[in-house]
Amino acid sequence: MELVRPGVRVEPVEGLPELPRVDARAAGRAKAKPVEAVRVPVLIIGGGPAGLSAGIELGKRGVETLIIDDKHRLGGKLILQTHRFFGSIDAVFAGTRGIDIATRLENEVRAFPNVRVWLQSSALAVYSDRTVGVLVEGRRYVVVTPDVLLVTAGAREKNLAFPGNTLPGVYGAGAFQTLVNRDLVKPTGRLFIVGGGNVGLIAAYHALQAGIAVVGLVEVMPECGGYKVHRDKLARLGVPIYTSHAVLSANGADAVESVTIARVDEEYSLVKGTERSFDCDTLLIAVGLDPVNEFYDKAREFGLPAFAAGDAEEIAEASAAIFSGKIRGLEVARALGHDVGEISPEWYRTSDILKSRPGATIHEEMPSAEAGVFPVIHCSQEIPCDPCTGVCPNDLIEMDKTDIRLLPSFVGEKGGKGCTGCEKCVAICPGLAVTLVDYRKDPEFPTVAIPFEFLKDTLKAGDVVVVEDTEGNALGRVEVGAVKAIKANDRTMIVKVRAPREYAKRIAGIRVQPPETGEPLSRYVERTDEDAVICRCERVTAGDIRKLIREGVRDINEIKAMTRAGMGSCGAKTCTPLIHQLFREEGVPEAEIIDQPKRPLFLEVPLGIFAGFDPEEEGHDSE
Amino acid sequence: MTANRTFDVIVVGAGSVGAPAALSLAEAGLKVLVVDQYPSVGQGSNKRAIGGLRATHSDPAKIRIGLRSLEMFATWEERFGDRIEWRKGGYSFVAYRAEEERTLKELLVVQKKYGLNIDWLDAKAFLEVIPDLNPEGLIGGTFSPDDGHASPLLAVHAFYSRAKMLGAEFHFNERVTGIVTAGARVRGVRTDKGDYGAPVVVNAAGPWAAEVAELAGIDVPVRPDSHEGAVTEAVARFLEPMVVDLRPVDGSANYYFYQHDTGQVIFCITPSPSIWGMDIRETSSFLPLVASRMVGLIPRLKNLRVRRTWRGLYPMTPDGFPIVGWTRDLEGYMLAVGMCGQGFMLGPGLGELMTRLVLDAATEEDRETLSYLSPYREFKGQEKLK
Repeated sequence: MELVRPGVRVEPVEGLPELPRVDARAAGRAKAKPVEAVRVPVLIIGGGPAGLSAGIELGKRGVETLIIDDKHRLGGKLILQTHRFFGSIDAVFAGTRGIDIATRLENEVRAFPNVRVWLQSSALAVYSDRTVGVLVEGRRYVVVTPDVLLVTAGAREKNLAFPGNTLPGVYGAGAFQTLVNRDLVKPTGRLFIVGGGNVGLIAAYHALQAGIAVVGLVEVMPECGGYKVHRDKLARLGVPIYTSHAVLSANGADAVESVTIARVDEEYSLVKGTERSFDCDTLLIAVGLDPVNEFYDKAREFGLPAFAAGDAEEIAEASAAIFSGKIRGLEVARALGHDVGEISPEWYRTSDILKSRPGATIHEEMPSAEAGVFPVIHCSQEIPCDPCTGVCPNDLIEMDKTDIRLLPSFVGEKGGKGCTGCEKCVAICPGLAVTLVDYRKDPEFPTVAIPFEFLKDTLKAGDVVVVEDTEGNALGRVEVGAVKAIKANDRTMIVKVRAPREYAKRIAGIRVQPPETGEPLSRYVERTDEDAVICRCERVTAGDIRKLIREGVRDINEIKAMTRAGMGSCGAKTCTPLIHQLFREEGVPEAEIIDQPKRPLFLEVPLGIFAGFDPEEEGHDSE
Repeated sequence: MTANRTFDVIVVGAGSVGAPAALSLAEAGLKVLVVDQYPSVGQGSNKRAIGGLRATHSDPAKIRIGLRSLEMFATWEERFGDRIEWRKGGYSFVAYRAEEERTLKELLVVQKKYGLNIDWLDAKAFLEVIPDLNPEGLIGGTFSPDDGHASPLLAVHAFYSRAKMLGAEFHFNERVTGIVTAGARVRGVRTDKGDYGAPVVVNAAGPWAAEVAELAGIDVPVRPDSHEGAVTEAVARFLEPMVVDLRPVDGSANYYFYQHDTGQVIFCITPSPSIWGMDIRETSSFLPLVASRMVGLIPRLKNLRVRRTWRGLYPMTPDGFPIVGWTRDLEGYMLAVGMCGQGFMLGPGLGELMTRLVLDAATEEDRETLSYLSPYREFKGQEKLK
């Protein structure tokens, strides 16, 4: 990971880049240095939620550990997660924002003198002599010999094949979130999202928070795969969600100018006549993740004891990564002969629960009471989440804690104490799915407290807003009474509105984005001039590869040899899943496909670095 | 044996040698079957070759076969239209020490005698060919401008496609498990999928040559050692010829590299002592070893980014020369093995030579060529330009 700093020269390249010239005689005098070698009991690749949690457990047990991470700060993707986390408050900081969890984990791991951290350091390869080549700070090559390797390198995004898929303006969700949430860059005015999993849903939410119009979200399945609370939150904010729809093309000459989508039938075939185009300058692709598991696989192949945790092991939420990292940390310590006692079976169960996919959706029941003050929980899908159960001063929100996927319920009163209207449950819910209805002042026009995570000046008292039910159906227009922050709200605002008794309880949110934002263009844009690009590095199109598949080619090695797909700098990380997608579309069973081997290097590295020449030290470039 | 299971020739191995051999045999109108254990063409050693093509060898046999092969590579695209990334960049052997100067100048005599376009260049002239070379201590070197390179992957695929078009059959994912004989005569092969008949069987099994020969009870002195190679990012052209440095340094013998048609530099080093065996898993020692030597030779390479590494097998013979010809004890069994890492550059010429042998049309010159490559030679000499 190369940081931009003063003096860095950035040049546009037309054609092939010129290799910098050097004074051969002077430079030839520099002596190659032997490669630095480091031995360490545990090497952790990746300082994200899983790696840090494992590092903490190893730290506590005094195990010498080295964590390497390619970014300039620890935390992995937690850094990009500005929303409150789901999961369990007991196990994984649920209710806290991801970025704050990163800081807490980092502070904890940094307190252990036996845990070393190398930032801006990338693993390049696991070799057959059971060593790991590491590029440190982009300038030093170190060969690390660990006794045990723990791979917590996270995931990489899947891509999608459609015409225009490499136009400037087509982003992966991770890149987009890095720009918006970490670097505070607003790269777009009008965004369209492809993919209704949690990544796409959350990215849309972050975009709205950053003041970006979200024109729509398309999901090929009949339902969004992400948490319903995320989906509902978006719908309420005014983002149209098109399920059973697919993206046909990104349109534009030099950059994205619009996107075309269409409905699909049960077989995922396009339904003619349902094409629609939307004006947007950015398309965000969030169609799933693949584990970064090549280091783990190589280590296993070469007999280096290895473990994996987090997304590198199995794609799930970051909360699950925190917990699986913790378990794997103990397993690594045990593998090295440390007595860690028995790892509780309960932990493995919690880990499985945190990894679970959203469960059944239950019909939302409204409380019958219409007096006093009480929360309404607009949470109707089983997901691993429990922060609302930990904040009520009178302990009135309950859940069967043997399984945090179960739905919470408000119990009315306990020990003679009822709801005080403190609004803590409203502020803590990561799904923004708790409101508080207060009939005490005016039973006909109760006050509803609604969570709101936008800048304070987005709404002010006196504004008239559209309020909606859980799924985003408009209920009416009401006036904002107050916008306030409660103590320890951690930036979640509470908006108070007075609403008619008839629908006050059903209010779950406030529309932010006007409906015209999501309106389609009057005519749809057809793109026939370009084919989908499968291998970006070598610009190989879907047509090139389909032709070979139709000729009977089943070996991806042969596709690579013939088309160069997979020969580029990324190391076939992007195109391999897309080629599999093409095989599927051509009706070839997965079992017939032969994959190409994965080979080092993970990143391209200058030859001089392997010879021990520091690119910064030598000033003998002749230019 | 049914008719469609009977062939004129069965070639074992669809690689750098087997594929062009199948092409030549098919061109001669013979009915050919090629059997390979891998799922597609060139998946053994061919795809691990770096792509250098030269006729500048040290013996008449390889010079002749190399020249004919070069001609076929160089004219392929204009004759058949497939792009194989052929580029006539030449080959250069550098001399920084008197030892290499002497070796190269000695070889020059033989090379010139057999009509090779090669010359000794002094330091100044040599630097004009390779301007980025470290001039410190450079004596000079040989340069043969007619040599070059091509993509092994594309070339073998082109041979394969044309062979198929001419009627050759290729059976992939199929392993030869036995040689069918009748008395001292070949009758065909047995695979894990069935039996096939043919009066001629060609062993072109590369590093598996000894194993395949063993199936016929033939002992062939071929055993593989391994070399690692790598390819870099693509950059604007700065280097034309293949650069070979023969100097032995701790841990390695020679190494060589060139800038491919695509702008990528491809390189390889010969470990010393040799690493014998079939292990092709990547090692941590390769990159530091080769990088220090390459950057020492051409300091400009230090900023060139390495993209991918791999390890491949060199089917070696005791003297470093291939083994090509009929076996004496089993009629109809031909060896085209022990290419010592040069199967790609010799393959097309060898294919034609083998076809003439099968057709019983070998010339006087062929017989002389084959005498150097005979399975029954004494294996006493030592190839200097391995």
